Amino acid sequence: MELTVVKERKNKQVEERSEKNVVYRTKNLNLWYGEHHALKNIDLDIYENEVTAIIGPSGCGKSTYIKTLNRMIELVPSVRTSGEITYRGRNIFDKSYRVEELRTQVGMVFQKPNPFPKSIYDNVAYGPRIHGIRDKKILDEIVERSLRGAAIWDEVKDRLHTNAYGLSGGQQQRLCIARCLAIEPDVILMDEPTSALDPISTLKVEELVQELKKNYSIIIVTHNMQQAARISDKTAFFLNGEVIEYSDTDKLFSNPDDKRTEDYITGRFG
Amino acid sequence: MAMTDGNRSYSVRDMIKENKKKQSGQQFVEWLMPKLLLLTATISVLTTIGILFTLLFETFVFFERVSIVEFLTSKEWLPWDEKTGSFGVAPLVTGTLLTTAIAMVVAIPIGLASAIYLSEYASEKARKILKPILEVLAGIPTIVYGFFALTFVTPLLQKIIPNLGIFNALSPGLVMGIMIIPMVASLSEDAMSSVPNSIREGALGLGSTKLEVALKVVLPAATSGIAASFMLAISRAVGETMIVAVAGGSSPVFTFDVTKSIQTLTAYIVQVTTGDAGYGTTVYYSIYAVGMTLFLFTLAMNLLAQYISRRFREEY
Amino acid sequence: MGKLIDKQRVVQHMNGRLLRNNVLKFLFFLATLFGLIVLVVLLYRILTQAIGWLNLDFLNNFPSRRPENAGIKAGLVGSLWLMVIVAPVSLILGVGTAIYLEEYAKKNRFTDFIQTNISNLAGVPSIVFGLLGLTIFVRELNLGRSILAAGLTMSLLVLPVIVVAAQEAIRAVPNQLREASYGMGATKWQTIYRIVLPASIPGILTGSILALSRAIGETAPLVVLGIPTFLAYLPRGILDTFTVMPMQIYNWTSRPQADFQNVAAAGIVVLLVVLIFMNSIAIFIRNKFQKRY
Repeated sequence: MELTVVKERKNKQVEERSEKNVVYRTKNLNLWYGEHHALKNIDLDIYENEVTAIIGPSGCGKSTYIKTLNRMIELVPSVRTSGEITYRGRNIFDKSYRVEELRTQVGMVFQKPNPFPKSIYDNVAYGPRIHGIRDKKILDEIVERSLRGAAIWDEVKDRLHTNAYGLSGGQQQRLCIARCLAIEPDVILMDEPTSALDPISTLKVEELVQELKKNYSIIIVTHNMQQAARISDKTAFFLNGEVIEYSDTDKLFSNPDDKRTEDYITGRFG
Repeated sequence: MAMTDGNRSYSVRDMIKENKKKQSGQQFVEWLMPKLLLLTATISVLTTIGILFTLLFETFVFFERVSIVEFLTSKEWLPWDEKTGSFGVAPLVTGTLLTTAIAMVVAIPIGLASAIYLSEYASEKARKILKPILEVLAGIPTIVYGFFALTFVTPLLQKIIPNLGIFNALSPGLVMGIMIIPMVASLSEDAMSSVPNSIREGALGLGSTKLEVALKVVLPAATSGIAASFMLAISRAVGETMIVAVAGGSSPVFTFDVTKSIQTLTAYIVQVTTGDAGYGTTVYYSIYAVGMTLFLFTLAMNLLAQYISRRFREEY
Repeated sequence: MGKLIDKQRVVQHMNGRLLRNNVLKFLFFLATLFGLIVLVVLLYRILTQAIGWLNLDFLNNFPSRRPENAGIKAGLVGSLWLMVIVAPVSLILGVGTAIYLEEYAKKNRFTDFIQTNISNLAGVPSIVFGLLGLTIFVRELNLGRSILAAGLTMSLLVLPVIVVAAQEAIRAVPNQLREASYGMGATKWQTIYRIVLPASIPGILTGSILALSRAIGETAPLVVLGIPTFLAYLPRGILDTFTVMPMQIYNWTSRPQADFQNVAAAGIVVLLVVLIFMNSIAIFIRNKFQKRY
């Protein structure tokens, strides 16, 4: 029985791919914080199994945009949106679409590592548990697999039941990635995941992103242009709440179409 | 797609989907909890309403029997005689104000001085030792202070003031002041600590002594918080019961003599409820009128404290 | 034009200013020590009075007309019974209110109203709660002078303290943790129950134990309810009449015989020991689980 499930899934995947591998399609998205117009007419398609980087100066709306993709932005009071974001063909603002369901399929890694004040094991098992998986054996397996997937297993396997706050900042961030992997999301949103880390930890997370790309679609917000150039396939440049330019990373960094993009990547402002 | 490492027989994603179908209970909990919690939150509102209505209704019954003019203007409080009784609240009010004033004479200077010391002079280490001691002082039950006032402070004072009665306003007033010191100290210290260090450094940089910084810079900047702490202290003293009930006596006389036995609003309620005043007598209803007076007075003080700290909040 | 500031005078003046600073610093320090001195005198005085009266018989005896036979058993057991009602009722109501205000309530007038109401309630004299309890619980609901009536009254009295402590503890949980949980697809209640509450429970417990110890030492509302002081039996259920330690101490204090003052002192020592025990638990929890997020 389990085998047939896997087979069905594979078939589905093939179908989806042949269709068109757009994960997120944003059409004419506008967003306001009270009176402040933070995102203006955003149109953006995000593709499967790619790393999409979002760059731009602070306050350009890049974090706001990524938080809109899993509707975390709604935690901010007085936020209004218009327009449409479809995730795998479904409008995420649709009334019948429960945010919890969306966020189960779309994982998120935050700017500052934010492990729960619990053991390493309980951190990773948190997602599966809230989604009703209680079998100890399965949980053990998920925890190990997720920690391996986040390249931190070897560092923590002997202290799974100690508090996660004992880990270094870089380890905490990889733990947060493992926590996110534990529910097998489809997309992983990363909101400046290395901005609070030292260079070596940053390198490890970047390597990890390259590895994860094989199985996940990743959207990463970064203020670090070198990082975007190193790890992403596509890059979108945001400025004052607008998408100025969106194209293959190589093209955007070597031969931008827009003067403002060029100014930004050559360090003339921002 | 996800984690296709080959040797795995199930997918977490599918298990989650499978579980989601079963979890209608979860949605019910999500719907129910905010309503239950709102219900608990309304209990506090109901308590206030309950206090107001209880006091209002029973006070109303009282004023059907005793005229409100007599209550407010007469200077005699002789409730025990049903026929010739007199219900002028003034003696109870003066008793309350007398003990409160004595308490403030103790609590305000000492509390404020402690606050200045803790906030401006004390090292981190000294603060860590002294503050918990003050907290202990605030945590001692008031009946213990009452006992202390009656059996220790009063005999001690009688050695200095020979004509001091066994029951008097002075002793419970002083002890009440001691009890309130921690409250004034900690609230005032909070207000003073929230004055930013940059302001202190500015004054110290001009060659001010710490005393000048404390008195001329920090105190003025923290005035509203300190004033609010005084209001709350007064409110606390007015509502305090056991110390005055034990050591203040039960003689409702219109006097400002601190050596004589007096009776406060609270002590009167205690006297009636420990005695055998039958349900339905005028005396019984009088405790609600007295309670109402007490409630309005403390409420006014608390609102004033809130108003002061809101209206004159220092913006840094 | 001469110099506006005469350096010499500034220096002379300086000595006076420094002297004043040091004198007042000393006075401020004395003021702070004053509390400590009173505390020591009070404890010393009570202990010396209680010595000789404090023994196993005192813990095991019921009240008596003769001071040498008087004991605090009924009060001690009664105070524990009181907690049977106050602890669960005030915790559920207090923590529930705090969760509602911090996690669910929208920032609107109604929320402001509840919040202001709670801080006003905290300032209402305890004796007024006694009048509320007397009217509503003892008479209207006809609970009599029972543990239940007294427990409910005391629960309402300490409710504002617990709400404020719980609110502070909940507010101290960083938002990043909530975001992380929501980001995993957790619902609001799952996030509160599995993340926010566990993280804030040490703070909630510390504040609540302090609030409960206030209820143990409180006398005035129980006097108003008419809780008896002279009881020669133990309650068997929450609808029985009972007495508590502070009531017995009050009763002994107001007796004319000098020996009863010593009995009262012995009672106070027992009460203080119970309070110190509760406070140590609170401090232990605070130190043990102090979180650095």
